[in-house]
Amino acid sequence: MGKDKIFNRRTFLKALGLGGATAAAPAVVSCVTGDKQASTQEPPVGKMTYRKNLKGEQVSILGYGMMRLPTVGDQGSAREEKDAEIDQEMVNKQIDYAIEHGVNYFDTSPAYCKGLSERALGIALARHKRSEFYVATKLSNFAPETWSYEASVEMFNNSLKELQVDYIDYMLLHGIGMGDDGMKCLDERYLNNGVLDFLLEQRENGKIRYLGFSYHGDIQAYDYLLENHDKYKWDFVQIELNYLDWKHANEINPRNTNAEYLYGELVKRNIPAVIMEPLLGGRLSKLPDALARKLLERDPEHSVASWAFRYAGTWPNVLTVLSGMTYMEHLKDNLLTYCPLQPLDDEEMRFLEEIGNQLAEYNTVPCNDCKYCMPCPYGIDIPAVFTHYNKCLSEGNVPRSTASPTFAQERRAFLVGYDRSVPRLRQADHCIGCNQCSSHCPQRINIPREMHRIAQYVDNLKQQKFNDEKES
Amino acid sequence: MLRKIRILLSVVVMVLVTLMFLDFSGAIKAHLHWLAHTQLVPALLACNAIAIAVLVAITLIFGRIYCSVICPLGIMQDLVAWLSGKRKKNRYNYSPAKSWLRYSMLAVMIIAFIAGIHSLVALLDPYSTYGVIATSMMQPVYMWINNGLAAIAQHYESYAFYSTDVWLKSLPTLVVAVAMTCMLAVLAWRGGRTYCNTICPVGTVLAQLARFSWLKIHFDESKCKNCNLCSKGCKASCIDVKNHKVDYTRCVTCGNCLEKCNFGALTYSHPKKEKSAPNDTTDATQGRRAVIAGAAVLGAHAALAQAKKKVDGGLAAIEEKQPPQRSTPVLPPGALSANNLSTRCTACQLCVSGCDNNVLRPSGNLITLMQPEMSFERGYCRPECNKCAQVCPTGAIAHIGLDEKVSTQVGHAVWIKKNCVVITDGVACGNCARHCPSGAIEMVPLDPNDEESPFVPAVNTEKCTGCGACEYLCPARPFAAIYVEGHEQHRTL
Repeated sequence: MGKDKIFNRRTFLKALGLGGATAAAPAVVSCVTGDKQASTQEPPVGKMTYRKNLKGEQVSILGYGMMRLPTVGDQGSAREEKDAEIDQEMVNKQIDYAIEHGVNYFDTSPAYCKGLSERALGIALARHKRSEFYVATKLSNFAPETWSYEASVEMFNNSLKELQVDYIDYMLLHGIGMGDDGMKCLDERYLNNGVLDFLLEQRENGKIRYLGFSYHGDIQAYDYLLENHDKYKWDFVQIELNYLDWKHANEINPRNTNAEYLYGELVKRNIPAVIMEPLLGGRLSKLPDALARKLLERDPEHSVASWAFRYAGTWPNVLTVLSGMTYMEHLKDNLLTYCPLQPLDDEEMRFLEEIGNQLAEYNTVPCNDCKYCMPCPYGIDIPAVFTHYNKCLSEGNVPRSTASPTFAQERRAFLVGYDRSVPRLRQADHCIGCNQCSSHCPQRINIPREMHRIAQYVDNLKQQKFNDEKES
Repeated sequence: MLRKIRILLSVVVMVLVTLMFLDFSGAIKAHLHWLAHTQLVPALLACNAIAIAVLVAITLIFGRIYCSVICPLGIMQDLVAWLSGKRKKNRYNYSPAKSWLRYSMLAVMIIAFIAGIHSLVALLDPYSTYGVIATSMMQPVYMWINNGLAAIAQHYESYAFYSTDVWLKSLPTLVVAVAMTCMLAVLAWRGGRTYCNTICPVGTVLAQLARFSWLKIHFDESKCKNCNLCSKGCKASCIDVKNHKVDYTRCVTCGNCLEKCNFGALTYSHPKKEKSAPNDTTDATQGRRAVIAGAAVLGAHAALAQAKKKVDGGLAAIEEKQPPQRSTPVLPPGALSANNLSTRCTACQLCVSGCDNNVLRPSGNLITLMQPEMSFERGYCRPECNKCAQVCPTGAIAHIGLDEKVSTQVGHAVWIKKNCVVITDGVACGNCARHCPSGAIEMVPLDPNDEESPFVPAVNTEKCTGCGACEYLCPARPFAAIYVEGHEQHRTL
């Protein structure tokens, strides 16, 4: 991006010295008290790091994202059966555990989990005192049928009902910059129809306590909303930030903007940042083996994922870091990272930056398995195809030459694994290229093009034919 | 001794032949498919002179040892008879040969072959009967076990096993398999080798050679005490103790009598003198009536409730594809022509059981019943695979190489405008053209005068090989908007 880098690491480190969050840093050593421990896997209670919002309210640095909820009978592999209903019992259990360990920010949307996320969160939170949590949801009027004022207002009211609350703590315009034309979409969804005015009104009368927006895609829309900050008074903005997107988002997909710029714009205006995709949908926890080894070598006692969470939390203007924790193990691991947060030092930042540089070389498809593209009307399991392809890339199972001594083994791992992860009728070769999906993708992936590229690769792999392919 | 060697050999052959049929990956078939070439009917259909000569020679030397150690159906009956014998020993009795039935069954097979009633030939060939049973009834079990192992392997991140689709390829074939199994089981349970000596035309043909075999069972009358034990243990019911005679046309050289005789009155050797006089009587034979209802597996798809708002996630239900009405069936590359396949195919299912693209399935047509034909609901005939051609023992699918296979035209694609999603859904598609391995499909504007009009596929039938990629990958359901019509005569492009 041609934008000036207003926020480099030096200014960051200065800011770090001032940031209130660092006060908690020394507490991390408390887990090594000299005595032998029974376990290091149980997160401590009462050690959560908190950040202050503009009004001085304490928000936990770990926010619970409700986009990837557990489902009944989920074996973690058979995607066909993932159509199962949400495992409410598990959701309740995990939310109870999170609250017990100090998490107080819960982020959902009317669109998540086939539209069932808000209800599941509402059920779980209704069992707690209203003062114990902040709930964040979005006005997810993506479908043109819901662009009207009436439909959008109805969606807002429905969120209150599903969440079983009288007011929303954090309300977001959802996915600003998405769609084929980001500015036009912004106009149609929020500006021309008076929906943004409605939301501002609700903030006035207390049904919304804080108003912000989440951003993906077209930078014009982002800049436009921030330029009008004086008018709208954003209380927070939700952006994608992690050690890959900090400098490489634009390089990986020219239609995207580096997190460095996004974050800098917020710091300039003193708007707290809510972070999404700190882990890139798990891609930063399932790093290629070679990179994962580097992280584990440095710190064998902490997970690969913990680095990404510490990275996001280290930035002082960050209010909370959202993580879609499907399993209790995810939750516990994140709590271990954030109870309390030990910010990265300068050297560690440089180290992660280097990991990010190397990761950018892997040419993975930047899919974070958010499922916004789904359901594909022709039955393709788009995120499953990308996830499998990325997994094979990280594991070194994407052979490019039959001459390689491990070709047969890698070929088998790719093809057998492909059939395991994606039923044949939902694989890339069935993508007809209708392109109904691409406009829903927050990462702005040209999905049909990637599908056809993968289908071609699979076909070559099956035929063991590699003469015409040069990967871009 | 003879019996023990026979049992050992038969167990080995049985296991290998069964594995050959059960294997779906091609890994075992590649090493074992030669076993199919040792079978008499395939050898005859393939005009395999070496195999025929060897089988004739073996029979002329040892008698009908073929029926005991080479024929899988014979061994299967021995297995049933052995189980039955555990309950009741010495239950057989000598009975005269039912020659009229044997010869009429042989005549029926020959007439059926000449008249082109291929289904009847297939039903009478013991090797193909075993193939039908193994493929229709045992292979699904084998696959389920494999899928269980695949699930375990997946759990341990191992790629040693991969899961495969188990599906009902043809209900009529399953019915035939179950009926034949029941009939054979009942006959073998009660009377040992009844089927082999009354119905099986292969047994009847070999019987004529076995009359003159060099080695035979024969009596030493001086030692025989007429205890009848040999006859009671003879599953072919061919030992006439009263007259001290053995019906060599029915003896399958199993060696049971040699071990039964406590007085050494029976020997397996070259006879000094030779006589044979079979006589006729009747016995009830089993009818071939059996009605078995096969279970059709129907995937019930719950329709996704689509709310007005856009929500994330979920999978669209995929409607099951139905095979189109083809005026000419599509036959695999290597079949050469409809005539070649139907005349030479003995419907043993070896190709069907090994088609891992799920293309081949047994025909339901009465004349070509159980012979392979192609359909593309679950996959298409991929360019890197010629497994069916590799395993076919009869030459019904000629052993063609991959180069030849991809340039063989077995049919051509036909576009059905009213099914095409470009028309019905108003979306851009072109998946058929994108995946056509021979580049025979081009996307052209629906209205030639309007470059803006939607692009639809146009098939260059001269370049189309009929592999079915377009039909399989066509998004239109349940009927594809592009499908393959078979050709009677295959040709090389």
